[in-house]
Amino acid sequence: MKKYSWAPAILLFSIPTLALAAGAVEGGAKQATNWSAIGMFVGFVMLTLAITYWAAKRTASAADFYSAGGGITGFQNGLAIAGDYMSAASFLGISGLVYTSGYDGLIYSVGWLVGWPIVTFLIAEQLRNLGKFTFADVTSFRLGQTDIRILAACGSLVTVAFYLIAQMVGAGKLIQLLFGLDYWIAVVLVGGLMMIYVTFGGMKATTWVQIIKAVLLLSGATFMAGAVLYKFGFSPEALFAKATEVHPKKLAIMEPGSLISNPLSAISLGLALMFGTAGLPHILMRFFTVKDAQAARKSVFYATGFIGYFYILTFIIGFGAIVLVSTDAAFLDSTILEKTKSGIAAIKGGSNMAAIHLANAVGGNLFLGFISAVAFATILAVVSGLALAGASSISHDLYSMVIKGGQANEQDEIRVSKIATLVLGVLAIFLGIVFENQNVAFMVGLAFAIAASCNFPVLVMSIFWRGLTTRGALIGGFLGLISAVVGVVLSPAVWEVTLGYAKGSAPIKLDNPALFSMAIAFAGIWLFSILDRSKRAALDRGGFDAQYVRCQTGIGAAAATTH
Amino acid sequence: MAVSNLAKIEQDPNYQELVRRRSSLGWMLSLIMLVIYFGFILLVAYAPKFLGTPLGHGVTTIGIPIGLSVIVLAFLLTGIYVRKANSAYDTLIRKIVEDNR
Repeated sequence: MKKYSWAPAILLFSIPTLALAAGAVEGGAKQATNWSAIGMFVGFVMLTLAITYWAAKRTASAADFYSAGGGITGFQNGLAIAGDYMSAASFLGISGLVYTSGYDGLIYSVGWLVGWPIVTFLIAEQLRNLGKFTFADVTSFRLGQTDIRILAACGSLVTVAFYLIAQMVGAGKLIQLLFGLDYWIAVVLVGGLMMIYVTFGGMKATTWVQIIKAVLLLSGATFMAGAVLYKFGFSPEALFAKATEVHPKKLAIMEPGSLISNPLSAISLGLALMFGTAGLPHILMRFFTVKDAQAARKSVFYATGFIGYFYILTFIIGFGAIVLVSTDAAFLDSTILEKTKSGIAAIKGGSNMAAIHLANAVGGNLFLGFISAVAFATILAVVSGLALAGASSISHDLYSMVIKGGQANEQDEIRVSKIATLVLGVLAIFLGIVFENQNVAFMVGLAFAIAASCNFPVLVMSIFWRGLTTRGALIGGFLGLISAVVGVVLSPAVWEVTLGYAKGSAPIKLDNPALFSMAIAFAGIWLFSILDRSKRAALDRGGFDAQYVRCQTGIGAAAATTH
Repeated sequence: MAVSNLAKIEQDPNYQELVRRRSSLGWMLSLIMLVIYFGFILLVAYAPKFLGTPLGHGVTTIGIPIGLSVIVLAFLLTGIYVRKANSAYDTLIRKIVEDNR
C-alpha cells in the first residue's frame, strides 16, 4: 500500500512521463502474454523495418542521414514533431493523472502545449535559415566554433541521456505489463530496434516511423474518446456528472487539486515546460528536415494542432476511465479494493494503465491489443528520435566540427554517427537495466530544466542579441546547465523521494529549478558578454549583421537535397 | 554561404519593413502567450476555488472551458503568425531576394 501513498508525489515531479510508469507500475503483476497485442506489434515492426530498408537505400549523404535530405513536407514534419512529443508518457501519464486527480491533468496538458507557439514565433524559421543539421549550427554561426559546439554537445547529450534513461525504464516496465515480457527482454528489444532504425535508415526512417506512429496514436485516441462520449450522448456534462458521482474525490476532480500547491513551484515548472520545449535537441533537429523556413513554420502549426487535439482527447479518456474502469471489477485489484474501497486506487497495474484498461472496456480485446501495440510503437519511435539527436551531436558537433575542425570526410562523419548510435543504444540498454528499480521519475523534469536553462538561452540569445560573445555564451550556458542539475538534485523529487532524506528537508523547495536556473543562465550570458573585451568578442559581434540578414531572409540557407 | 551584398540588403526598405513587422508580431504574440499561460497558472495557484465555480446548475466548472481555451488559443496564435508570415512576409522576402541578386 505504501507505493500508492507517494504516487501523487511521483506524478507531480515527473510531469507526464513514461518514467512515472516506473513508480506507479512498480510491483504490478506481470500480465499474461497478450497475443493479439504482440501480433499487431509484430505487424508494426515489420512495416517499420520495411521502411528502414527503403530509407537505407536512399540514405547516402550526411544530409540524408541527419535531415532526410530536407525532403519532408511541412505537414509530414508536423506529424513527426507531434509524434516526438506524444510519447507513451504523455498518453498514459496524462490520462492516468486525469484518472486519479481530474482537473490537474488538464493543467499539465496546458503546460505541455504552450511552448509550441514560442517555438513558432521565435525559433522555427530562424533555425531553418541558419542551421544545417543540429541546433549548434545556429549557436556557433558567428561564435567560436570549438567552444560553442562543445557547450551545445554537452547540453544536447545530457538532455538526451536523461530523457532516454527515463524512456527506457518506463518502456521496460510498461512492456512487461502490456505484453507479459520480462523487463530485460523488453529493454533489449527497444534498444535493438532503435539501433536498427537509426543506423540503417537515419532521419528518413526515424521520421517515417514517427509519422506512422503519430497517425496510429491519434486514431486510437480519437476512437477511445469518441466511444466514451458516445456512451454519454456526446454530452461532456453527462460524463462529468457520472465521474464526479463515482470518483472518491467527488466534485473536487472538477477543480485544481493538491498537485499544485506552491505558486512559485508552479511557475518554475511552467517555465521549464514552456521553454524546455524550445531547447530539446531531438525536436529542434526536425526543423532541418523540411525544405525551407516556410515549411518549418507550417510544421509547427500542424504539430501544435495535433498535440493540442491529442491532449483534449487524453482529458476525455481520463474521465472515461473514471467512469468505465474504476467501476468495473474486471480492471481492479480485489485486495486493494477491499482495503481502500476505492476503484481509483485499486486499478490493476497503477494509474498509468487507465487508458489501456479503457481500451479494453470500449473496444474489447482486439482494440486493447491495438492500443498496447501503439504504446510500444510510441516508445520505439521516441527513443529512436532521441538516439539520432544524441548521435548527431557526437558526430556532427564533436567529431566533424571540433575534432576535425569542419574538414571531416562526409562518409567518415556518417560512420562515426552510426557508431555513436550503437554506443548510445548499448548504453541505453545497460542503463535501462541498471535503473530498473530506481525511481527515475525526476529525469524528464531534469531534461526539460537543462533544455530550458542551457540550450534555449544560448540559442535565443545567439539569434536575437548582437552583444552575445563566445565567452558569454560559454559561461552562461554552463552556469545554466550546472544550476539546473544541482537544482534538481536538491529538490524534493530527488532529495526526498530518490535519495530518501526526510520529508521537507530538501534544500530547494521548487520541484523544477527552471525559475532560478534560467535566470542564472540569462544573467550569466549577459554579464560575461558585456564584460568581454577580447578580440574574439569583436568578431562575434561583428558577425551579427550577416547572420541576422540570413536569419530573416533565408538568403544563403542550406538547401534541400531532394532525390 | 556569406551574404555578399549585406549593406545593400540592410538598406532595402522591404528588408527593414520585414524585420520590423516580423519582430514586432513575433515578440508580441510571445508576450500574449506568456500572459495567457502564466495568468492561468496564477489562477491555478491562487484562485483554485474560482476555477471550481460550477457553470450553471451542472457539475462542469468554469475551469474546464478556461483550461481548454488556453490550448485552443495557443493553436490560434500560432495560426495567426503562420497566416501573416505566409502572406505578407514571404512576399517581402521574395522581393528582397529578387532585388538583391
